[in-house]
Amino acid sequence: MPLALDIALGHLGRRKRQTLVSVLGVALGVGFFIGITALMRGFQTYFVRQVIDVAPHVVMKDEFRLPDVQPAAIAFAGGAVEVRGVKPRDTVRGIKEAGAKIAAVEVIPGVAVAPMLRGPALLRYGPRDTSVSIGGIEPERERRVTNIEKDMTEGRLEDLRATANGMIVGIGVAQRLGAEVGDTVTAVSPAGVAQSFRIVGIISTGVTAIDNSEAYVLLRLAQVLLDRPNVVNAIRMRLADVRQAEPLARRLETVFGYRTESWEESNRNILGLFVIQNAIMYSVVGAILLVAAFGIYNIISTVVHEKARDIAILKSLGFRAADIQRIFLLEGAMVGIAGAFAGWAVGLGLIELLAQVRFEQMGPVIQGRDRFLLAREWWPYLAGGGFALAAASVAAFIPARRASRLNPVEIVRGAA
Amino acid sequence: MTALLRAEGVSRVLPGPQPVTLVRDIDFALGAGEFVAVTGPSGSGKSSLLYLLGLLDRPTVGRVAIEGRDTAGMSDDELAGLRLARLGFVFQFHFLLPEFTTLDNLLIPMRRLGRWGEAEREERARALLASLGMAEAADKLPEQLSGGMRQRAAIARALANDPALLLADEPTGNLDTRNARIVFDIFERLVAEQGRSVVVVTHDQEQAARAPRQVRLVDGRIVHDSGA
Repeated sequence: MPLALDIALGHLGRRKRQTLVSVLGVALGVGFFIGITALMRGFQTYFVRQVIDVAPHVVMKDEFRLPDVQPAAIAFAGGAVEVRGVKPRDTVRGIKEAGAKIAAVEVIPGVAVAPMLRGPALLRYGPRDTSVSIGGIEPERERRVTNIEKDMTEGRLEDLRATANGMIVGIGVAQRLGAEVGDTVTAVSPAGVAQSFRIVGIISTGVTAIDNSEAYVLLRLAQVLLDRPNVVNAIRMRLADVRQAEPLARRLETVFGYRTESWEESNRNILGLFVIQNAIMYSVVGAILLVAAFGIYNIISTVVHEKARDIAILKSLGFRAADIQRIFLLEGAMVGIAGAFAGWAVGLGLIELLAQVRFEQMGPVIQGRDRFLLAREWWPYLAGGGFALAAASVAAFIPARRASRLNPVEIVRGAA
Repeated sequence: MTALLRAEGVSRVLPGPQPVTLVRDIDFALGAGEFVAVTGPSGSGKSSLLYLLGLLDRPTVGRVAIEGRDTAGMSDDELAGLRLARLGFVFQFHFLLPEFTTLDNLLIPMRRLGRWGEAEREERARALLASLGMAEAADKLPEQLSGGMRQRAAIARALANDPALLLADEPTGNLDTRNARIVFDIFERLVAEQGRSVVVVTHDQEQAARAPRQVRLVDGRIVHDSGA
């Protein structure tokens, strides 16, 4: 065993209780970091996966990011001409030549495409009614783009085709109407068209906003109901590699001009919230480790103070300042390493403990779940351990440097 | 002839609002195999002189040379290296590391120097302890030893790296007469049998008289040197 390590171990061995408390401090910091990270990341990855699963990765909408530039402004760019009181031309909304665009996107490998016409409607069942957002879909394409099929608790997606005027509704919609599969509801659109649909399926995504407001029918029927024949107002895409969503969205928008959003852009507010959430978590855990670092500083300082004589004799024996510093840095590092290992155990235990916790459902926040969502990842162990080691080293550095600068003559004089 | 140790015009002043002169204008040369006792009243600068000679402290004026090498331009690390290989210190307090057995205390400077392998180190350390009548104390902790044994263990540690010069600062200050005699017996043997040099600072006139060369310090000056 190296000499410095031997001496360092001797010092810590003499102060078992204080060493233990310091190790425990680090362990709690590391353990909570691991536990809380698992909790937060568990929820966040669940949420992101949910978003990626439920919603398409890229959506092209029938809108433009910027208003059209007036032809006069183009013709006389920088000129003295100003056109006032211009009103945009009233055009039929929808994505033009949607079929051609779908065909163009479809040839990109790893991309599935589905058209949709979405519009508002009122569903009525007996005396009850609720407003919904009707999505007109093509089941064969839809199932490759969204996970609507997986979220169906009753019925099948094919039933939209198999049944005349079939409709799939969110579970919240069905509950509000008091309707079940097999019941016939009436849909009324703002265009004034009323049509009967038979409920053939129920979806439950776990996202209340979707479950309470969405209904799906065949694209062709939606076009009739909304009185917009042959119109598609969203082209939705699913990618084999979700990380390609943003670049693809940007490319499509430049080529076709229509506003095209990736899932990241659509959920930017929530993803931004996660960043803040993580920042809060890391500062809290950082504070715990900071306190632990003070504990380490305390113990090493005490040892340096107590061992002033030993330091003096080691120096008079011919130990260099760097040798002395190494001894006390090692002591800090050992507390850090021991704390990191103990912290791993604490973290592991904390995760298992959290996994045991059951809670009664408090409203359909995350349906079908009565436990914490925990991410079991290896990197928090590495990060927590590394941070503990770094904090311990920094905490030990100051007293270690003080020890290395002790003047042996002063101590020897004082001890005589 | 090159002296083992030579101090020329050495003064040491502690800086401060009122500077304190510890020693002044010291000229001192020590040959191999010399046994010197430094005496003087309290505060006469005996210990300060020893720390300067032992390279623990640097002179404010003047220079100290070891084996012909001037130490003035050396870095702290170089001085530490010289102390490790060529010098041995014994103080009034034993300064044994309490966590380590006597044997391990002896091994610490040897491990730092790294001149010998592990087996040879232990063999040398045990032989050294045996030569000082301490063989049975090897595996005991310092707290289990008597005061005289501890001081002998400290001497053994000072000799661990086979130094040319042993410097002792009031080594018998905490010992009774019998143990004080044992310590000086050891010093005499080191000089006579092994040809080492010993400089011992003491206020014990009876023991000091055993050294062939006497140096007396008053107010930081050498007022008498029987060997000069």
